[in-house]
Amino acid sequence: MTKTPHLLKNSLKFPQPELEPVDTTVAVATAATPTPSGTRSDLEPGPRGRKPARRFSRRNLFIYGTLTLVALYYLLPLYVMVVTSLKGMPEIRLGNIFAPPLEITFEPWVKAWSEACTGLNCDGLSRGFWNSVRILVPSVILSIAIASVNGYALANWRFKGAELFFTILIVGAFIPYQVMIYPIVIMLREVGLYGSLTGLVLVHSVFGMPILTLLFRNYFASVPEELFKAARVDGAGFWAIYFKIMLPMSLPIFVVAIILQVTGIWNDFLFGVIYTKPDLYPMTVQLNNIVNSTQGVKEYNVNMAATILTGLVPLSIYFLSGKLFVRGIAAGAVKG
Amino acid sequence: MAAMARPARWHRNISAKVAAIPMIATALCIFIGGTAWTVVYSFTNSKLLPKESFVGLRQYERLWGSSKWLTSIENLAIYGAFSLIFALVIGFLLAALLDQKIRFEDTFRTILLYPFALSFIVTGLAWQWILNPDFGVQAVVRGLGWESFTFDPLYNPDIVIYGVLIAGLWHETGLIMCLMLAGLRGIDEDIWKAARIDGIPTWKTYLFIVIPMMRGIFITAIVLIASGIIKVYDLVVAQTGGGPGIASEVPAKYVYDAMFLSQNLGQGFAASTMMLLTVVIIVVPWAYLEFGGKRK
Repeated sequence: MTKTPHLLKNSLKFPQPELEPVDTTVAVATAATPTPSGTRSDLEPGPRGRKPARRFSRRNLFIYGTLTLVALYYLLPLYVMVVTSLKGMPEIRLGNIFAPPLEITFEPWVKAWSEACTGLNCDGLSRGFWNSVRILVPSVILSIAIASVNGYALANWRFKGAELFFTILIVGAFIPYQVMIYPIVIMLREVGLYGSLTGLVLVHSVFGMPILTLLFRNYFASVPEELFKAARVDGAGFWAIYFKIMLPMSLPIFVVAIILQVTGIWNDFLFGVIYTKPDLYPMTVQLNNIVNSTQGVKEYNVNMAATILTGLVPLSIYFLSGKLFVRGIAAGAVKG
Repeated sequence: MAAMARPARWHRNISAKVAAIPMIATALCIFIGGTAWTVVYSFTNSKLLPKESFVGLRQYERLWGSSKWLTSIENLAIYGAFSLIFALVIGFLLAALLDQKIRFEDTFRTILLYPFALSFIVTGLAWQWILNPDFGVQAVVRGLGWESFTFDPLYNPDIVIYGVLIAGLWHETGLIMCLMLAGLRGIDEDIWKAARIDGIPTWKTYLFIVIPMMRGIFITAIVLIASGIIKVYDLVVAQTGGGPGIASEVPAKYVYDAMFLSQNLGQGFAASTMMLLTVVIIVVPWAYLEFGGKRK
């Protein structure tokens, strides 16, 4: 059973015949055989198994209690970060990290944004933020443009050898980046792009390609064939069909791809630290340098404000996009 | 299968071929070429710059003789084993709880998944702060009156990797939970009815019927977690910087340090080749199980 493609396809509403029912019967058979003797006495009336009990039962108490505790645990780091970032340093030294601030101050946020130091530069995280934006926008556009056209070619205009290259691409997604880092350094150095934002944009486009191509290929393959054929009969070519039919039809998948790429590229650290110079470092790299710098007195409130600022972009995307994000990571799950 | 107006001559489909150039270039130059290049140069004694003086397996001998690399491997094994087990178990349990037709399911799921949207850098720094012995959990518990309470994983070389594990699990269990939830939703309702009629307790139904049926999801989750484990880098850099000493080093960091900090390219190539080997050992059996014999 190929569950991975299933997952992906299901999430993209594929007209794929499900193989599940076959499994089902087998499982029922095997499930029924181990308990042939009369366990019927267990069948007492009342809620059992998955039936939702409306009452305030012990079962519900357990489920909601556990989930609430877990949810609180998951929210704890975010809460601590926010609370810390709103306190002054004296209060942090004396108090409890879980306690809400006695006196709310936004100074750490201002400082993190515009004054925090990395090495000799003391212009705060804002520089990293704008660098990240300058990396993000072209990378997202370029990688999605390449991958969508690629996926379209693979789905609708197959040529000899296309599947082979596609297989290499997908297998390549499992290769640790560390193996390919240095050859790319050499390639970029050869063309004079090593250390520039353009170089980093190219790197992001290359490493975003496997998952995005898979995403678009599977989506375009699900578009009814008749549509494509009709356009062909009308004399539309490769690009006309792409721009006039495929593109307008596939806005949801573009949104999924954008979510996937924006969070992925914004959160990247490895490529940023390798392929750019200190004054072009993306936000994550600069954040790490600010917080983990060994000089000076540690200002935990500024550090936490900086950390939240860096997490703000992917977090807002996450909370705004809701189900689409889940769809994106379900697709991204294949990438590993 | 998809529509194909297979052309007789090569130039009929020229646009598609042009459009596929980036893919072909990436596949050939970077994925195959780059990987092969690194493997070949791992047999040289490149230092600051790559050079073609082959020294056989000497880089690998040095690698396996280095205490930093051995610590990295040990950490990866501990982190990997625990992260795999805990992520699968916790992810499944949470998914099973969320699958009970409860209210506020979306809220709970949103809360459990949000760490996954954050970068490893943010995750690492947040947990670095919470685990800080002077201000974090340890200080708070001591402040409550338990003076001898000690919980400082990030400053104790023996348990530092578990401190990283806590942060790693916080980051990834939400994703596994989502995968598992999708798997549970794929289970036919009739299975549950049949099991209930047979009087099989819920936990038994999960253990002996549902989980075996979710084999595919579990394999996907394992591959996902495993390939994430090998890539662990940013989390360690942010949370501990590999410290205290070399106690929380990981292979990906070893590669970076060798290549870009200590100008020891050969070591970096050898270490990254070992990482590649690990992936091959994990992915090939999986690919065989998943796609074996299905090739056209």
